[in-house]
Amino acid sequence: MCEECGCHTPAGGAPSRPHTHPHARGEAHDHPHAHAHGAGHAHTHDPATRTITLQQRVLERNDRAAAANRAWLAERGVVALNLISSPGAGKTLLLERTIERIRGRTACAVIAGDQFTDNDKRRLDRTGAPVVQIETHGACHLDAERVARVLPEVVRDGTRLLFIENVGNLVCPAAFDLGETFKVGLLSTAEGEDKPLKYPALFVNCRVAVVTKTDLIPHLDWDLAKCRRFLQQVNPGIYAFELSARTGEGLDAWCAYLERLVA
Amino acid sequence: MHELSLARALVEQVETIVRREGADAALAVTVSVGALSGVDREALEFAFPLASEGTSLAGCRLRVEETPVELSCDDCGQTTRPERMDMVCARCGSRGIRLTGGMDFLLRSVELGMREEGAAAGGPGRSDHV
Repeated sequence: MCEECGCHTPAGGAPSRPHTHPHARGEAHDHPHAHAHGAGHAHTHDPATRTITLQQRVLERNDRAAAANRAWLAERGVVALNLISSPGAGKTLLLERTIERIRGRTACAVIAGDQFTDNDKRRLDRTGAPVVQIETHGACHLDAERVARVLPEVVRDGTRLLFIENVGNLVCPAAFDLGETFKVGLLSTAEGEDKPLKYPALFVNCRVAVVTKTDLIPHLDWDLAKCRRFLQQVNPGIYAFELSARTGEGLDAWCAYLERLVA
Repeated sequence: MHELSLARALVEQVETIVRREGADAALAVTVSVGALSGVDREALEFAFPLASEGTSLAGCRLRVEETPVELSCDDCGQTTRPERMDMVCARCGSRGIRLTGGMDFLLRSVELGMREEGAAAGGPGRSDHV
């Protein structure tokens, strides 16, 4: 008997359904499909297996939800940025400093994703912008359906810029379209310069890259030129900002860019 | 590891096909995983049996085809494969390229086990339980 599915040829008979599959022990066989019928009738059988070929995105359901989010946001004239980085790259501090600078002119809103806690929401609440925290309870990424559920709450009349701070993770969030206008990949100087090469699935999909914590460069063996080169290597033409949210270095150019997006 | 979510999405998609086709079960599923799709093959192979448990895919085989990164060059018009994530046209060296392959995670084929009674009746009687 085959260990794969328990099929075997009983004495004097054939298995009930023809099928083929590899066998664990390397024995090959195909099952003949002819047999006598007790009831004395004869017929031909349809093949008992059928193969359907297709070309269907596995994340189709997520993509549909993402397309609906995109249309919903576009109708309201909202530009949505999906911010993705490893944990600790400085997404939250960057958003705090950014919103403080521009909120007088540009109405912002934030969706913050974390596995647990609303710590980020509590920090961002101080900026005065509407903030909704999504706790994913273990999931390593946000998905479009989760975002759809909170959009009406966080996007208010007049909101122009929506920041979606994804769960800190350089791998998984890259696979899930949320309906954002574009993705922003962040990497801090405390990480390796070669992050773009190690995690290309994210960086090829970003329109913008932000190098954070530039104030630490003097204290690190970290090569900015190399990092710039690697970013251009995986994504030629990617728009890159270099800044420190702590010192404010580079924030003017970043904020001016964001405001031009909604001007 | 997001592959369990991906495996669940895959199982859900295949179950829809099993029901639509009036089949008994899915015996084998083929997917293609792009090198830039963000899907890890081994993690997916680990997660798939867990996600199939208790569904019409229980025991279903998973075949994974890996698709390489492909670039289409705006300057020379060729499609080439980059080396080591260096997105440059392998023919003319231009960086005026567009990614045309290796991004997707696709369901490519499903081998269905068809219901025996439907076959034995020889007629249209593929009973629909939807």
